[in-house]
Amino acid sequence: MVEWTEQERSIITGIFANLSYEEIGPKALVRCLIVYPWTQRYFSSFGNLYNAEAIRGNPNVAAHGIKVLHGLDRAVKNMDNIKATYAELSVLHSEKLHVDPDNFRVSSAGLQQMHSAHLKADRLVSRRLTFPLFLHQLLADCLTIEIAAKLGTAFTADTQAAFQKFLAVVVSALGRQYH
Amino acid sequence: MSLTAEDKAIVKAFWAKASGRAEEVGSEALSRMLAVYPQTKTYFSHWKDLSPKSAQVKKHGKTIMAGVGEGVAKIDNLNAGLLKLSELHAFTLRVDPANFKILSLNILVVFAVLLPAEFTPEVHVALDKFLAALSRALSERYR
Repeated sequence: MVEWTEQERSIITGIFANLSYEEIGPKALVRCLIVYPWTQRYFSSFGNLYNAEAIRGNPNVAAHGIKVLHGLDRAVKNMDNIKATYAELSVLHSEKLHVDPDNFRVSSAGLQQMHSAHLKADRLVSRRLTFPLFLHQLLADCLTIEIAAKLGTAFTADTQAAFQKFLAVVVSALGRQYH
Repeated sequence: MSLTAEDKAIVKAFWAKASGRAEEVGSEALSRMLAVYPQTKTYFSHWKDLSPKSAQVKKHGKTIMAGVGEGVAKIDNLNAGLLKLSELHAFTLRVDPANFKILSLNILVVFAVLLPAEFTPEVHVALDKFLAALSRALSERYR
């Protein structure tokens, strides 16, 4: 059971309340695809990711980045029950998508909606997406950096600690159902 | 993932902008590491004060960034250039090399905090590679 102090709760809810998902989501994903180019492997259906300019201009990347933050939003609203919140999605990911839990520092609700729509087509189920180890650790780090750049010195050491703890809990919860 | 000529140019250009604030970067990165990864405090159990404003944290932040600066200067041959520092870490300090990644991440976070406009993804990737190469050089003499 994860314990949150009042300060941690206030920090996490504060960050998300003041965040522009449309601005930061795309930036975090763009940064991840540029800084860790091997992550592009998992977005081959997104179109042109050939260079930094293409990645920045790619509307699929931007849309996905926004979805990632909306997915994290679910955990922010259920901080005392993140495990259960992501349980359904975790099962979905382990059984249908074969996503490596060590990668997962990302989304829930938005992802579930998107994937349940796609699951009606065979291609996603049979395609067996397997994310490499640490992919979502990399995305989490990029999100931390974008928030740091946005908030500047307001992103104090304590703020950073709370935020990274939050992301770590989300990843752990998503990994729960794997076996 | 060796450093290309372009990577080295980017690192040097960024360092020219950041080195003036080296002490600030170093002490901030160190403070964040201690706060976010409390297991790293074990290496500083002999310090009285681990708070960000403490004289020891500031001084050590400066020391760390001097090492980074030395890396920038010797960027064409880090393993040979940082042999002495590697021996210090391997035989005297005996810092687990896994911690180099942690400190590197915190240095990058501080670059983002203090120099957001300059710390673009393109600069980020070059610096990430550089810090990884620096970490490898520091690990050289461990075993």
